[in-house]
Amino acid sequence: MLSRTAENLYWTARYMERADTTARLLEMGHRMQLMPTADGGLGSEWTSILAASGTSAGFDEKYGEAVDHNVISYMVFDPANPSSIRSCLTAARNNARSVRTALTTEVWEALNRAYLEFNDLERTPRSQLDLPQVCDWTRRQSALLRGCFDNTQLQDEGFHFFNLGYAIERSDNTARLLDVKYYVLLPTIDMVGGGVDNYQWATLLRALSSHRSYHWTYGGDYAPRTIAHFLILNRSCPRALIYSVTEAEQHLNELAQMHGCRTEATSLAAGLLGELAEADIADIIDQGLHEFLTGFVQQNGRLGNEIARSYLFGKV
Amino acid sequence: MHLTVEHTTTYSFESPRARVVQSHRMTPAASLCQQVARWEVTCDGAHFGADFTDGAGDHITTMTLAGPVTQLAIHVSGAVRTTDTAGVLRGHKEVVAPDVYLRKTRTTAPGVGLAKLADRLAEQDPRTLEAAHEMTNLVADTVVYTPGATDAQITAAEVVDLGHGVCQDQTQVLIAIARMLGVPARYVTGYLFSDAQGNAHEASHAWAELYVPDLGWVGFDATNRCCPDERYIRLGSGMDALDAAPIRGISLGGGAEMLDISVNVAAQQ
Amino acid sequence: MKAQFFNEMYVGDDVRAPYAGLLNWLENTPPEELAQKRAEAETLFRRIGITFAVYGSEDTTERLIPFDMMPRVFTDPEWRKLEAGVKQRARALNAFLWDIYHRREIIRAGKLPGDLVWRNEAFEPSVIGISPARGVYSHVVGVDLVRTGPEEFFVLEDNCRTPSGVSYMLENREIMMRLFPALFRENRIRPVDDYPHALRRTFSSVAPKKCDGDPVIAILTPGSFNSAYYEHSFLADQMGAELVEGQDLFVDGDFVYMRTTRGPQRVDVIYRRIDDAYIDPLCFRPDSLLGIPGLMNVYRSGGVQICSAPGAGVADDKAIYTYVPDMVRFYLGEEPILQNVPTWKCADPSDLKYVLEHLSELVVKEVHGSGGYGMLVGPAATKAEVEAYALRIKSDPGDFIAQPTLALSTSPTFVDSGLAPRHVDLRPYCLVGSEVHLTPGGLTRVALIEGSLVVNSSQGGGVKDTWVMAG
Repeated sequence: MLSRTAENLYWTARYMERADTTARLLEMGHRMQLMPTADGGLGSEWTSILAASGTSAGFDEKYGEAVDHNVISYMVFDPANPSSIRSCLTAARNNARSVRTALTTEVWEALNRAYLEFNDLERTPRSQLDLPQVCDWTRRQSALLRGCFDNTQLQDEGFHFFNLGYAIERSDNTARLLDVKYYVLLPTIDMVGGGVDNYQWATLLRALSSHRSYHWTYGGDYAPRTIAHFLILNRSCPRALIYSVTEAEQHLNELAQMHGCRTEATSLAAGLLGELAEADIADIIDQGLHEFLTGFVQQNGRLGNEIARSYLFGKV
Repeated sequence: MHLTVEHTTTYSFESPRARVVQSHRMTPAASLCQQVARWEVTCDGAHFGADFTDGAGDHITTMTLAGPVTQLAIHVSGAVRTTDTAGVLRGHKEVVAPDVYLRKTRTTAPGVGLAKLADRLAEQDPRTLEAAHEMTNLVADTVVYTPGATDAQITAAEVVDLGHGVCQDQTQVLIAIARMLGVPARYVTGYLFSDAQGNAHEASHAWAELYVPDLGWVGFDATNRCCPDERYIRLGSGMDALDAAPIRGISLGGGAEMLDISVNVAAQQ
Repeated sequence: MKAQFFNEMYVGDDVRAPYAGLLNWLENTPPEELAQKRAEAETLFRRIGITFAVYGSEDTTERLIPFDMMPRVFTDPEWRKLEAGVKQRARALNAFLWDIYHRREIIRAGKLPGDLVWRNEAFEPSVIGISPARGVYSHVVGVDLVRTGPEEFFVLEDNCRTPSGVSYMLENREIMMRLFPALFRENRIRPVDDYPHALRRTFSSVAPKKCDGDPVIAILTPGSFNSAYYEHSFLADQMGAELVEGQDLFVDGDFVYMRTTRGPQRVDVIYRRIDDAYIDPLCFRPDSLLGIPGLMNVYRSGGVQICSAPGAGVADDKAIYTYVPDMVRFYLGEEPILQNVPTWKCADPSDLKYVLEHLSELVVKEVHGSGGYGMLVGPAATKAEVEAYALRIKSDPGDFIAQPTLALSTSPTFVDSGLAPRHVDLRPYCLVGSEVHLTPGGLTRVALIEGSLVVNSSQGGGVKDTWVMAG
């Protein structure tokens, strides 16, 4: 398969997943605002949400104050923000469009329709826009695309590159989101206790659509240690780092079998998965959750670069 | 004359380039004017291939370098035995019809200033040796040789308005005027041996060839107001400076590019 | 008015032989069914048309080309003559290209002025002396033909670079076979669907000398924003060739490679749908982003074949066109089977005088123009338009040629009021490799507007399926 085709499929998935993440972050921010804080006001998490999406610098420069309508403009509609829902949808569609022949009609139409509907959405006066609805719409489009893809695409090389894109993007997003809020999971906070922090944990889980599944898995109360375990090392949680890395490793293995040779990327993924499989949540927290997450984002990034290098992405 | 050439072109890239591809026109072809005793073009880590001789008789080679490339140096080392033929290109194998060199190019397109110059020579038959010498002198008078930078993209018409330039500019003006007068003309690159008195201007040089019926292609060097002799080594030719360039290359990646050139042309005893 | 044009279906009230089967079918098919088929055809074409639109950009002026379900029919003897004429022309054009890039005998012999070649923009000095595989420069020659009588065919222009439209020839036939299987059972119509295979065979036969084994073929497209992208991807799919963009290819040493997920793969034959100027920034436009640096060096050293060969465009220039009959005589020693349309060259003072005096009767075209843009159809133009055009010609006569307004034949076409004659032309696609091959069919373009002689899709033209009856 042409490297460009593989690359476009990979990035279509990455951008669509990124749009999904942005929508989740916005939902979380919106919810935070509705919560009372200890000082008697209402909460605002916009700053940390911008940080989690890695776009704080761009925002500060253009808008300054992190208030609702600014953040929504920036995160939903601003073409200058590469992580805005608009940018992600456009980039996903452009990537898909240049490999139109490699996609089924269902997949293309799911994406194309999302793009066209978003354009309609953009024409709606902002005052009539309901943020939770926009977020909900985005998550549905993302789910629809993924469903169409899994149900209609041939499970050939392209299938694996597409899913690799999802895996790499999702583990990056989960790790970044966790890193922004890592301090609420620290033992010191645990000792301080107090009900105020509960909603932070709950919101974190909600943002990852893992709120209910957490309770199904662990029952009872929120405990920082179990939350961290759930989102990092629990193989049954589809947002956990280990889950995404396992996915990446499997798709790379499938490719290696098809090609009859392993690449640097195959080995790197296996190594990363090995480390996670051996890891213990107590050790991770003892050694520093922030350091662990920073390290993971770097390693995951390296895996992304290695995939690009091994399969000749980009002009050579 | 037995001339030796040592020529190094060094490219440095601010940020590493993913890939470098170059087309080289840097190997002299044998003729009655020059016999090549030894000639070598090298570059560490580069892959040379896709070489051939084009219709004008020039040897062309392709050089590719896989990245990351932060620096590359192309060394030319050679020895050539030259003979003075009073500028006439003798025994050079080529198949291009001279009239092809009447084509316009971007840098040699006609202009008002150029037309005025051409008008001054309109009285006589332009396709003679005398007329060619006159054209050469006219260009040398009009475009004063001034070392230092003119923009490499500058056109002959702009150079005439400017009134000064380097050998590339003088040569393109000469070519433009010749073509306007219906004389086939082309751009030639090569090396020039400067003698101890420092009479010649540039070791890495450019001049024009004009087609004179009965004689064939004859070189005219406007910079030095002369025809090439045994001090000249001819590398290759083209429609204009861009087309004849010894190195045409492209590299993949951003950031600044620094160029350093050292040329030494010596006469062996 | 009607008698003035050759009607391909009727002579007086008698139906001409090739259309007899069709007429019979028309008479025996109830109008409701015809209307229904017509609606079906539209739906089908719209469905394919949707894919046309999807591939093209919404930002460009990509439009659907209307499809008329009445086929245009040729008998076996008619086609034999056309086929011989088109093949003859394709051979002569290739011989001409070889000649002007090598010994230029035709110019030495004084049959064609050298200036027309040397100063031509499409002439490419960098490939002088270079020999493409089998000496072929133009591997797909599209010859635009018009008909004015039972035996009278004229060549309007040649297309030696990368003539487009062949996907319509194939798609139109697909739709017709789906809609009217009975017609195909009752009339023995020669198939066209081997074209992609023949194209592949043609390209394989011109593999470069350094290629050993089965050549790898790729179609080079400017990308999905190009208006002909649908055709590029359609042909790649049908031929089993990789559809590549400039960024997919790179030069290393002696060869061109494409980036694949299994590593670099050598490419031997490139069917490029990009103009010469953009294929290699090291040889042509230095600012080209579409091209592959070093490609021309690999081509010139025999490491890859580029189809059509760089520099092939000089043969289809409108100024060179007038000499094609001379080429046939000079290179093949034969009399041309197909005639040129008489042409006045405005560069010639006496021709210019004639043209300016007869503007309202003539069709005037720009020498380097294409697609029906920038031309004057004298009889259809207003007085003001004629006067404005005269000024343009006078300012640069060398840029214009003029031809008589041809009485283009008509073919029955479905219009709102039923079946009516509309003017048509024809572009067959001639393949030149180890053999010269002409698929029995082509692209029939039809001027849908009553009385219009301009068939270009950009000017309100449509397309028809073209039938060649088996002998």
